[in-house]
Amino acid sequence: MSSLHWAILSPFFIACFIPLVYKQFHRVHTGWFVLFLPIVLFIYFTGFIHEVGDGRHLSASLGWIPSLGINFDVYADGLSLLFSLLITGIGALVILYSIYYLDKDKEKLHTFYVYLLLFMGSMLGLVLSDNLIVLYMFWEFTSLSSFLLIGYWYHRERSRYGAQKSLLITVLGGLSMLGGFVLLSFMGDTYSIRELMGQTGELATDPLFTASLLLILLGAFTKSAQFPFHIWLPDAMEAPTPVSAYLHSATMVKAGIYLVARLSPVFAESSLWFWLIASAGILTLVWGSYSAVKQTDLKAILAYSTISQLGMIMSLLGAGAAALHYESMDKNIYMAATVAAVFHLINHATFKGSLFMAAGIVDHETGTRDIRKLGGLMNFMPITFTITIIGAFSMAGLPPFNGFLSKEMFFTSMVRVTEMEIFNMETWGVLFPVLAWVGSIFTFVYSMIIVLKTFTGKFKPEKLEKKPHEAPLGMLIPPVILASLVIIFGFFPNLLASTVIEPAVAAIQPGLSQKQFQIHISHWHGFTIELYMTLGVILLGSLLYITWDKWKCVYHIIPGRLSLNRMYDALLAGMERGSIGVTKLFMTGYIRTYLVYIFLFFIVSLGITLWREDAFAFDVGNTAPVRLYEVIISVIIATSAIVILFAKSRLTSIIILGAIGYMVSLFFVLFRAPDLALTQLVIETISVALFLLCFYHLPKLSSRKEERVAFRLNNALISIGVGVIVALIALSSHSNKLFESISNYYIENAYEEAGGKNIVNVILVDFRGLDTMFEITVLGIAALGIFALIKLRLARGTLKDENE
Amino acid sequence: MFATVLKISLVCVSISMLGLIYRMIKGPSVADRVVALDAIGINLIAIIALVSMILDTSAFLEAILLLGILSFIGTVAFSKFIEKGEVIENGRDL
Repeated sequence: MSSLHWAILSPFFIACFIPLVYKQFHRVHTGWFVLFLPIVLFIYFTGFIHEVGDGRHLSASLGWIPSLGINFDVYADGLSLLFSLLITGIGALVILYSIYYLDKDKEKLHTFYVYLLLFMGSMLGLVLSDNLIVLYMFWEFTSLSSFLLIGYWYHRERSRYGAQKSLLITVLGGLSMLGGFVLLSFMGDTYSIRELMGQTGELATDPLFTASLLLILLGAFTKSAQFPFHIWLPDAMEAPTPVSAYLHSATMVKAGIYLVARLSPVFAESSLWFWLIASAGILTLVWGSYSAVKQTDLKAILAYSTISQLGMIMSLLGAGAAALHYESMDKNIYMAATVAAVFHLINHATFKGSLFMAAGIVDHETGTRDIRKLGGLMNFMPITFTITIIGAFSMAGLPPFNGFLSKEMFFTSMVRVTEMEIFNMETWGVLFPVLAWVGSIFTFVYSMIIVLKTFTGKFKPEKLEKKPHEAPLGMLIPPVILASLVIIFGFFPNLLASTVIEPAVAAIQPGLSQKQFQIHISHWHGFTIELYMTLGVILLGSLLYITWDKWKCVYHIIPGRLSLNRMYDALLAGMERGSIGVTKLFMTGYIRTYLVYIFLFFIVSLGITLWREDAFAFDVGNTAPVRLYEVIISVIIATSAIVILFAKSRLTSIIILGAIGYMVSLFFVLFRAPDLALTQLVIETISVALFLLCFYHLPKLSSRKEERVAFRLNNALISIGVGVIVALIALSSHSNKLFESISNYYIENAYEEAGGKNIVNVILVDFRGLDTMFEITVLGIAALGIFALIKLRLARGTLKDENE
Repeated sequence: MFATVLKISLVCVSISMLGLIYRMIKGPSVADRVVALDAIGINLIAIIALVSMILDTSAFLEAILLLGILSFIGTVAFSKFIEKGEVIENGRDL
């Protein structure tokens, strides 16, 4: 086990001790004990920056199920390192924030931190795994721990609803992703991502390639809340704010982004990959930003904004996939899209984390997150206001914050996508920059709403539950750190360029990174089209914000009744109703119906098999001659059996049944089976007596008048069918005897080996005595069962002692 | 000659069995059917005896004895059922 393994597993180990610590040191906030772990891990991962920046990577292997090729292999390159730093860094800040956010007396802190550590460990495992199956395992762990965290306040209905919804959607994607992984491993004959990347060319021609691509993308899209699977994210806002900040802005929702980036070298050859990712991303961007504007809850705005920003990163990754097709060009312009994706990934984690924390502070200090109740908080919360301004302006893409840089790079990539000569881009390609621009306008509008509706305008003390005041220092530290990062990365973006972004881009596009490339992010790149686009965004965005009251009725038309949440609810309810309906349709509760199913299945399956295999044969070659008395007895049995069907009284049926049993014993005599005949006679007598017993105990109800069995055509047809099928099979199998019977052995050896002349008895107790033993057991169980049924009668509703 | 006689008698007994079956099916009362069943038992004894002569074996003699007992028990049980409504009475001593 290497130190990387320990780093991944340490949160799980620590999680085991959290409840103990919580019980032992109840007076100290449990978060303090947890805080050291992400800090240590963050420092640990920082140590790799230099090494990975030089183009090296770390890998280690640990056998888990080596016989199946499933090993806990870890691999840290630029991309994994970037995610690990995000997870541990923001994890530390979130834990610090949660110490002040969650009350140590009112909340069940141990469960919270156990879930959070589970999540952190599984997220680290996800980004560092090289083995597809291990990656999937950690992927499902994140789904599960996220479910637990969303449902943290489980006594609230909305929390349970949100947790269930997110679990259903992400697990749907997770399972399909597993399917994709398995297909991928079939094609490449390995579970290792590293080895799969080596065989890109062969994989692309495989017939399973497209299926695997679609399934894996479904997993990535559901996890990263891409259109139309984004609906779980706004409902996940019922979670405590630290969870929303951590899971639903910085880490878990980027797992899909990570997956797409990680598997880009494998799939990016395909035009389907480009089209799906780029168009899903851009659609998500527009829809998310459009929906965010109408929200009134701060966290809901942030949730939709996360959706739209994730769409933006996704579309950039799609555009970056085009770079693979331009290997010959010296200056590959599509590479810039990947750089922008990675850069915005970092930026988004910083500003969205700080915005969530600021929203949490507002909620914590005023008692509400509803922007209709908030307003004029600027003077009460100057620091929170500053944090929000920095975060929101960065999100809107205003200079000098880091969001401006990545938005400019985004526009550049989207504009250049239209110049592409592959993938039929000349047809619909022009939509990309237009949609990106429209999405950015809405982004600007909701960013302004967050800042201006919360902190400026009229102060409404009568609508607030508490008297607002600035948050405690500890709660402010984490967002302040994130906001300062926003500014630092905004002013000195090249700090990140060579240390983190370059290795990450090299990991996403390993084939291209051989050629030396240098990333230089600059604020000013001349009067280009993207600058005018940004200016347009600011102008139109301001205009839209000012006239917001006039056009907000648009939201009644779109989405109106066609909202995806409604569809999800209807789908869920419909599925439930549908399955209840289907079950009620065939599960009637009548044994008669089930017997009809069983017999119908019997007839159909065996009949079709006989017919398709052409198995029916009728061979009279080795049959014995038919004797007269056999015919007579057969006629007697057949007549009696038919008469039972038409018998009027039950007593008649019982007597005739007895006669049939005797006739059967006569057959045994005729076919020389004395032991069978003896047993048959005794058993027949006893069972007739038992039938009489049952008959006597039938309730005397007026509705139970004795009458003939009613004739039903269906039943008649089915019973005739069963009889015919059995007869056909018996005839066919008799005519198709394949080899000699083994009975000669018994005949020869019964006396010599076993010392008995009665072969039947010797077989029963000697040659095959085991069967007899268990038949004795069956009889014993039956006797005990009958005794129990008769003797142990508990009164209805009350449980009496059974010995009474 | 003897074999032929045996076969003829077997056919005769079988035919009488048919008659008994007819009575058992037709009724009209339960008692008729029970008597028919009893007679079927006796007839079975005859048939088994004839068959074991034809097959030239003594393996079925137990069956004959058993049948004798059983048909008696069966008839008694049925009669008791018809008369009293139950086969085994209990609680008489208490």
